[in-house]
Amino acid sequence: MTTLTAVPPTGAAAPAAEPPARFPDLFAAEWIKMRSLRSTPWALAFTTLFVIGSAAVAALSDYHNQPHYSALGQRPHLFALGDAFPPAGYLTLMLVAGSIGAITAVSEYSSGLIRTTTVAVPARGSVVLAKAGVLAAVWTLLGTVIAAASFALSQTVLDGWHVSFPITHPHALQALAASALLAPACALVGLGLGVLIRHSAATVVTTAFTLLMLPPIFSSGSRWSADIRHAMVQSAWGRLIQDWDPSPGDGFFSPTVTGSWVTYVAWPLVAVVLALVVVRRRDV
Amino acid sequence: MDVRPRANPAARLPPTAQCPHRGPPGRVAPVIEVNELTKRYGSKTAVDHLSFTVRPGQVTGFLGPNGAGKTTTLRMVLGLDAPTGGTATVSGVPFRTHPRGLRHVGALLDATQVHGGRSAFAHLSALARSNGIPPRRVTEVLEEVGLAEAVTRRIGGFSLGMKQRLGIATALLGDPPVLMFDEPINGMDPDGVLWARRFFRRLAAEGRTVFLSSHLMSEMENTADRLVVIGRGRLLAAESVRDFAARGTRLAVVVGTPQAAELTAVLTAAGASVEPEGSAGAERLAVTGLPADRIGALAHENRIALNELTTRTASLEQAFMELTADSVEYQAGHPR
Repeated sequence: MTTLTAVPPTGAAAPAAEPPARFPDLFAAEWIKMRSLRSTPWALAFTTLFVIGSAAVAALSDYHNQPHYSALGQRPHLFALGDAFPPAGYLTLMLVAGSIGAITAVSEYSSGLIRTTTVAVPARGSVVLAKAGVLAAVWTLLGTVIAAASFALSQTVLDGWHVSFPITHPHALQALAASALLAPACALVGLGLGVLIRHSAATVVTTAFTLLMLPPIFSSGSRWSADIRHAMVQSAWGRLIQDWDPSPGDGFFSPTVTGSWVTYVAWPLVAVVLALVVVRRRDV
Repeated sequence: MDVRPRANPAARLPPTAQCPHRGPPGRVAPVIEVNELTKRYGSKTAVDHLSFTVRPGQVTGFLGPNGAGKTTTLRMVLGLDAPTGGTATVSGVPFRTHPRGLRHVGALLDATQVHGGRSAFAHLSALARSNGIPPRRVTEVLEEVGLAEAVTRRIGGFSLGMKQRLGIATALLGDPPVLMFDEPINGMDPDGVLWARRFFRRLAAEGRTVFLSSHLMSEMENTADRLVVIGRGRLLAAESVRDFAARGTRLAVVVGTPQAAELTAVLTAAGASVEPEGSAGAERLAVTGLPADRIGALAHENRIALNELTTRTASLEQAFMELTADSVEYQAGHPR
């Protein structure tokens, strides 16, 4: 028992001396939340293997078909980047990253945990930022590993015919960067939609629809619809992994490299900013 | 003006530590202040110009029938819901103004609102970390609520009673001076209920403000010092449990005595109303307007023998029923 003297008789127990509110603590807390779910490591491991595997399969199939290609098709590099970053793998990566981003927010709302979280941290915007930070960090790291591994593996296979793409080529670095950043961009879009919608199924469907289904709806045949299509993450990624510049005047509109990078930044940024605005105003 | 109490290093001790400056109940400044608080959802008014205060060093019960607006009120006090009108402050400031909350207020709103996939330890670790609370505190609070054995188990497998204990552990993490529990005893076994009651009393005895909601009067009888009773979002009563029990009821204390006539005269003179009941030979008096201890003292002073002195526990329940009868939101067999 501690004897205390000279304590002012305020009548209320005083709160414990409070250390300053530090953002890194919130970041660490969100990281604990993410890693403490048993499904997280499994989902991340399976996705990583699947995407890298899809690149290996794409490269192997071109490796086997190489002797049967026409002279045009046998030119070096023609399909080398496409094999490194095949849509089968990377659209799946978009789906998983977007969904996990959405679930990061939605699982708190659907379980009601968000109320406990908000009582612990009344600064709601900081919680959203911490979640965004953890998602961005985890998926950038993983995206980089996945993109590097799928590039290395596919090019090793294609080296057999001397048709691989050199990593030093500017197009290779651009494609690598775009593919590495695809997952964090989608995860943040999912997070934003999760905070906005708050309902599990609706959020995941909306995220998948927005990221994957929406772009093909708009054709690149006319200016206005091509503009909408090119403002999508998926189209931007597709442009950034191309190793050739589209020829003008073929009747189709192509996105620009700069425009594609802007799209890449704009989607997650707008999603997180919207989430920050909404989360402050709404009842929890 | 900053009216928060001075930070005191002693308050960093585990919750078993006596909070040093417990003031006499009833004379200290209120900690939770709710003023004209109103919440409307469309045309429905959930909380209607509600005003009350909650003081430290006591357990204050927050009572009302289902749908009376208790949870909505707690949410507004905790800054989760924005009021349509009025204010709610804790220690003089709206709770939402704190960047981190656990050291100011501990709250259990709904014990089932946890992620079933995490262990109790991970759940509390994340919350502790968000507030810069050292990890050893997590083990402390889990031991405190009797969940030490279930630390690594996933919360999804917990019974409701265990989840309530986890919720109480969550509220204790920051060793806060103010604790708010919404229906904390639901789903607890009798042992747990007894433990929780003693625990709430101890927290209040340490000088903390303990605010406890329930829709069952019986939960409050042995736990609360004061009551705030609401119905349909409006304040019905805010007074001590004893005062509340004395109101609106005709059968407060039953007294058995061989000197019924003398006692009746003494009690009537003291302001009580007395009605005889029971059969001849085993006569008893039903006394209203005086508490049992007062009746006992009066009998003693007047050398009147008593062979029974019972506070009718039903009276508290009855007072509650009578008071809230007009404001019950959902009533069976009465389409509204």
